[in-house]
Amino acid sequence: MTETAAPKRDKPWLIRTYSGHSSAAASNALYRSNLAKGQTGLSVAFDLPTQTGYDADHPLAKGEVGKVGVPVCSIADMETLFADIPLDKMNTSMTINATAPWLLALYVAVAQKQGVDVSKLQGTVQNDIVKEYLSRGTYIFPPSPSLRLTNDLIAYTLTEIPKWNPTNICSYHLQEAGATPVQEIAFALSTAIAVLDSATEGGPVPKSALPLMVGRLSFFVNAGIRFIEECCKMRAFGEMWTRICRDRYGVTDEKLTRFRYGVQVNSLGLTESQAENNVQRIVLEMLGVALSKNARARAIQLPAWNEALGLPRPWDQQWSLRIQQVMALETDLLEYGDIFDGSHVIQAKVDALIAGAEAEMARIADHGGIVRAVENGYVKRALVKSHAERMAAIERGDIKIVGVNCFTETAPSPLTQGVDGGFMKVDPKAETEQIARLNAFRQTRDDAAVAEAREKLRAAAAEGGSIMEASLTCAHAGVTTGEWAETLRAVFGEYRAPTGVDQILASPTSDLLVRLREQIRSTGDALGRPLRVLIGKPGLDGHSNGAEQIAVRARDVGYEVIYEGIRLTPRAIAQTALEEGVHLIGLSVLSGSHLELVAQVRQELAALGIDNVPIVVGGIIPDDDAALIQSQGIAAVYTPKDADLNRIMAGMLDVVRTANGLEPYAVAA
Amino acid sequence: MTVLAKSKALDAALPYAGHTTGGRAAVAAALNLLDDRRPRARTEARALLDALAAEVPADKGHVVGVTGPPGVGKSTLTGAIIRHWRSEGRSVGILAVDPSSPIGGGALLGDRLRMLAAAEDDGVFIRSLADRRAVGGLSDEVWPMCQVLIAAFDVVIVETVGVGQRDVDVTHLADTTCLVAQPFAGDMVQFLKAGILEVPQVIAVNKTDLGQDWEGTVAEISAVSATDHGGWTTKVVPTSARNGIGIGGLAAALDAHHTWLSSDGRLAARRRDASADWVLRMLAAEFGRYGISTLGGEAALRARLADSPGSALAQIEALTIQLTGTQT
Ligand code: B12
Ligand SMILES: Nc1nc2c(ncn2[C@@H]2O[C@H](COP(=O)(O)OP(=O)(O)O)[C@@H](O)[C@H]2O)c(=O)[nH]1
Ligand SMILES: [Mg+2]
Repeated sequence: MTETAAPKRDKPWLIRTYSGHSSAAASNALYRSNLAKGQTGLSVAFDLPTQTGYDADHPLAKGEVGKVGVPVCSIADMETLFADIPLDKMNTSMTINATAPWLLALYVAVAQKQGVDVSKLQGTVQNDIVKEYLSRGTYIFPPSPSLRLTNDLIAYTLTEIPKWNPTNICSYHLQEAGATPVQEIAFALSTAIAVLDSATEGGPVPKSALPLMVGRLSFFVNAGIRFIEECCKMRAFGEMWTRICRDRYGVTDEKLTRFRYGVQVNSLGLTESQAENNVQRIVLEMLGVALSKNARARAIQLPAWNEALGLPRPWDQQWSLRIQQVMALETDLLEYGDIFDGSHVIQAKVDALIAGAEAEMARIADHGGIVRAVENGYVKRALVKSHAERMAAIERGDIKIVGVNCFTETAPSPLTQGVDGGFMKVDPKAETEQIARLNAFRQTRDDAAVAEAREKLRAAAAEGGSIMEASLTCAHAGVTTGEWAETLRAVFGEYRAPTGVDQILASPTSDLLVRLREQIRSTGDALGRPLRVLIGKPGLDGHSNGAEQIAVRARDVGYEVIYEGIRLTPRAIAQTALEEGVHLIGLSVLSGSHLELVAQVRQELAALGIDNVPIVVGGIIPDDDAALIQSQGIAAVYTPKDADLNRIMAGMLDVVRTANGLEPYAVAA
Repeated sequence: MTVLAKSKALDAALPYAGHTTGGRAAVAAALNLLDDRRPRARTEARALLDALAAEVPADKGHVVGVTGPPGVGKSTLTGAIIRHWRSEGRSVGILAVDPSSPIGGGALLGDRLRMLAAAEDDGVFIRSLADRRAVGGLSDEVWPMCQVLIAAFDVVIVETVGVGQRDVDVTHLADTTCLVAQPFAGDMVQFLKAGILEVPQVIAVNKTDLGQDWEGTVAEISAVSATDHGGWTTKVVPTSARNGIGIGGLAAALDAHHTWLSSDGRLAARRRDASADWVLRMLAAEFGRYGISTLGGEAALRARLADSPGSALAQIEALTIQLTGTQT
C-alpha cells in the first residue's frame, strides 16, 4: 500500500490579535479566550492615559480610561492582566513607547513575582519614539531624552532578557499617516540608524555589543492594498537592511542581519461605507507579507472588517484570526520556497524602490539624521503632503475605492443592523472602577518606599543612571504610571512635535473649489473680516490625519486656520477660540471619547462667554452619538464616509452663515 | 490678582462681540472690532481708538518686534522670552503674523503653542494674524491691534516673517526691533552691509546648539552693525531657544533698549512716528501718492501729524475730509 507523504510545510508566523480594553481583568479574560482559540502570542493594546503617562484620575485622562486599550496604573493591574498566563511560556508584544521602560519594568516585576526566570522572557516592546512624533502621537518628552530612554531599555534587555525584542522600528504608522512605500522604507531605516548610532556612540550599549544589538532590532511594517508593490517593499527592506548592517556597522552574520518584521495590515484604506468589503482588502493585504517566503513576516495581526466603525467585538476579532488560520493552514502557501526568486518583474520593482529610498535617506542624512529632520518639520511635512496627494487622488477618482468613490449603491447591510450597531461599546463604568481600584491600591502602599523609589528614578534621569533599574524599584514599591511619568516630566520637560501643515499644497482644482473660494471671501466681507476657523484636537487622541487634511484644505479654500496639533485640553481650545476670535470651531476626535470631550469644550466655551461660536465635530462618531450631540447644539458631524473634503468645506461655510443670520448656500445638500 | 491692566476703553468694546465677561474677553472683542471693515464697526473702532489714545499714556509699555527669515526660531525664541518675562510677573500680549496663501488668500496659523509656557496662563494673550498679502509684511490691522495690547499688557511682541527691503513695517511699528539670525547667515550680513536691511536695535544669533561656528557669525554681525544709532549701539546676542540658553541676555538687551528709549521722551516720539506711519499708509492706500502730495508731501504731513491732537483714526478722517471735501 502506497501512501503519499504529506508535503513538508513551513511553520506559520506568530498569529496575534491586537487587543485590550476596559480593565486588566476584562482583558485577561479576553487574552485567555483568544489563546484558547489558537492564537499563538499576545499583543497588548494599552489605553491612552497609560501610553502617555497619566493615572486614571488625571484630568487629561477623563473619558479615555479603558477605551482603546487596557489601563495599567500599577503593578497590581499588570498582575491581574497576566493572571494565569505563565509568562515564561508566553510571547508578549506590547505596543508601548514613551512609557516603554515603565511597562517593561512592570512586566518583569510581575514575572519575578510569578517566580519566573526573567532571562527566559520572550516578547517585544515597540519602544520606537521617532514615529510617535510623526504619526502615532503618544510621545511625552523631547527627542533627545526620549532616545535615551529607548537606548536604556535596549541596553537592559541585551544583558538581562536576551530573547526580548527591545525595539520594533515602525513603518506601519507612517503608511497610516500617508507615507508612500519609498518614504516608509527610508524613514524607518533612517530611524534604525539613529537608534543604533545613539545607543553605541556615547550611549549605554558598548561598541562590542553592536552586533548583538543589530540582531535584536526588529521592525513593524504595513501592508497596503497594492499587494504586489508591498511584497516588493518587503524584499527591498530586507536587501537594504542587510546592506546597512554590513556596510555601516560591519555586521555580516546572516542570522543577525536578517530583516525580522511583524505586520499589521493597512487600516487607513478600510472604509466605513460598505464595511464588509474590508474583509477582501484585509486578505489581499496579507498576501503582500505572506507570499514571498524570503520576505515573509514573523508575526501578523489583522484589523477587523468594522475598523472604521469603532472597536472590534470578540467575534470581529475572531473573524480576522480565522483569516490568518485559513491562509496558513488551508492553502498551500507554506509548501513552497520563494515563488518570486528569479522574477525580473519583481526585481525591477524592488530595485526601483531601493533607489528611491536611498535617495530619500540621503536627504535625511543632509538634514543631520532623522531626529533633526523630525525636529525641523521636514519629515512630517513630507507625510502630510503625501497624504494630501492621496486624498486628492481619491477625490479625483484616480485612486478607486469601491463603495466610496465608485459603486456606492448598496443593499442594507445585515452586519450593522444589530442593537450594538456592529461594533464594541466599552463599559461606561470602566473609568470610575479603575479610579476606585487605583485609590484602593494607593492605600496599600508604603509611602516612604514610594518616595524613595521616585527619588532614585529622578536621580537616574538627572544624573545619567539606569532608568530600567530605577523603574524596577519603582514597580515593586508601588509607584503608579502617572507618578513614574511625572517624575521624568520634571527632569526632561515635555515636547510638542511639528504639525507639518505649514506648507502650500495645491488642492485639486474643481468648480466647487473655485466657487467655495468666492463664497468664503464674500461671506467674510459680509461678516466684516476674513473667516477664521479653529481646528482643535481635544484629549489624548493622537489621530491627526483628519484634522491635518481638513486644516490644509480649509486654508486652501480661503479660511484663516488655526491648528495647533494634538492633545489639547478643552480649556486650552476654548481659550484659543477666544483669543483668536474665530467664527467656527471644528473638533476632531477618533478615540471614542467624543461625548465627554465635546461636552467639556462646550462647558469651557460657556465659562468664557463665547458659547455662541458654532461647533462642528469630525472623526469616528457613531450615528447615535452624532444624533445626540447634534440635538445638544453641535452644528454638524462628519465621519469617514464624508470623503469629499470640498463638500465638508461647503458644509462648514453654511454653518458659519446660519450662525450669523445669513442664508446658507446649501451646495453640499 | 488680575494680570490685565484695567481699561474702560476696552470694556466699552465688549458689547460689540456679544461678550459679557471682562478682561481677556474685552481684549478679544476689541481685536475683532478692529479687524471688522463694516461701516458700523469702523465708527465703533474709531471710538475705541480715541478712547485708548485718551486713556493710555503715550509711553506705556514696550512694543518689541521680532523678525527674521522663516524657520530661524522666532516663535520658539519668543516663547522663551515670554516665559522669562512671565517669571518676572510681566504680562505679555502677542501678535503673531504669518503669510497668507497666494492662492485663495487663506492662511495656516500655528505658532501659538510654540510660544506658550502653559497653555492656560492668563498673563499671556496671543492673536495670530495673516499678513493678508500686505507688501511690507504687516496687514493694516496690526497697528490698531497693537494699541489694544499696549493698553492691556506690560509688553507687546509682534512676530513677523521677513528680512530685506520689503519687510520693513515692523521696524516702524515696534519700539525695539529684534532681528533673529542663524549661524552662517551670509545673506543677512550682506543685507546689513549693503544697507538693504535697516539695522535693528537687537540681533539674536539663534540655534547656537547646532554646533556650527556661531561665534564667527556673532563677530561678523557685530562688525557690520556696530554703528551708533543716535546713542544706541546694536546689541548682538547668541541664543539657543531650544535649550533656553542666552534668553536672559536677550531679554536684558531688549529691556536695556527700552530703558534707553524711556529717557528724554524718545519712546513717546517713537510711538508718534509709528502712528504717523500708519496714518500715511492708510491715506496712501485710499488716495495713492497723489493724495499724499496733495496734502503737502510726506515730510510736511509728518510734521503736521506730530502736532495735531486726536487719535490716528481722527487724523485720517480730518485729512480725508480735506482731500475729498466730504464726510465719509
Ligand atoms: C490611521 C489610523 C491610525 C494612525 C493615525 C495616524 C495619524 N497621525 O492620524 C495610527 C496607526 C497611528 C493609529 C493609532 C491608533 N489607533 Co487608529 N486608526 C486609524 C484609522 C485606520 C484611520 C483614521 C484616519 O486617519 N482616516 C483618514 C482621515 C482623513 O479620516 P478621518 O480622521 O476619519 O477624517 C475624516 C472625517 O472623519 C472628517 N473629520 C475628521 N476630523 C474632522 C474635523 C473637522 C473639523 C471636520 C470638519 C471633519 C473631520 O473628515 C475627514 C475626511 O473624510 C482608524 C480606522 C478607520 N479606518 O477610520 C483607526 C482608529 C481611529 N484607531 C483606533 C485606535 C484604537 C488607535 C490606537 C488608540 C490603538 C491603541 N490602543 O494604541 C492607536 C493610538 C493612537 C493615538 N495616539 O491616539 C480606533 C479608535 C476606536 C474608537 N473610536 O472607538 C479606530 C477607529 C480603529 C478601530 N476600529 O479600532 N491609528
Ligand atoms: N536646534 C535648534 N532648533 C531651534 C532653535 N530654535 C528653534 N528651533 C527649531 O527651528 C524650527 C523653526 O522654529 P520656529 O520657532 O517655528 O521658527 P520661526 O519660523 O522663525 O518662527 C523648529 O523646528 C524649532 O524647534 C534652537 O535654538 N536650536
Ligand atoms: Mg513663527
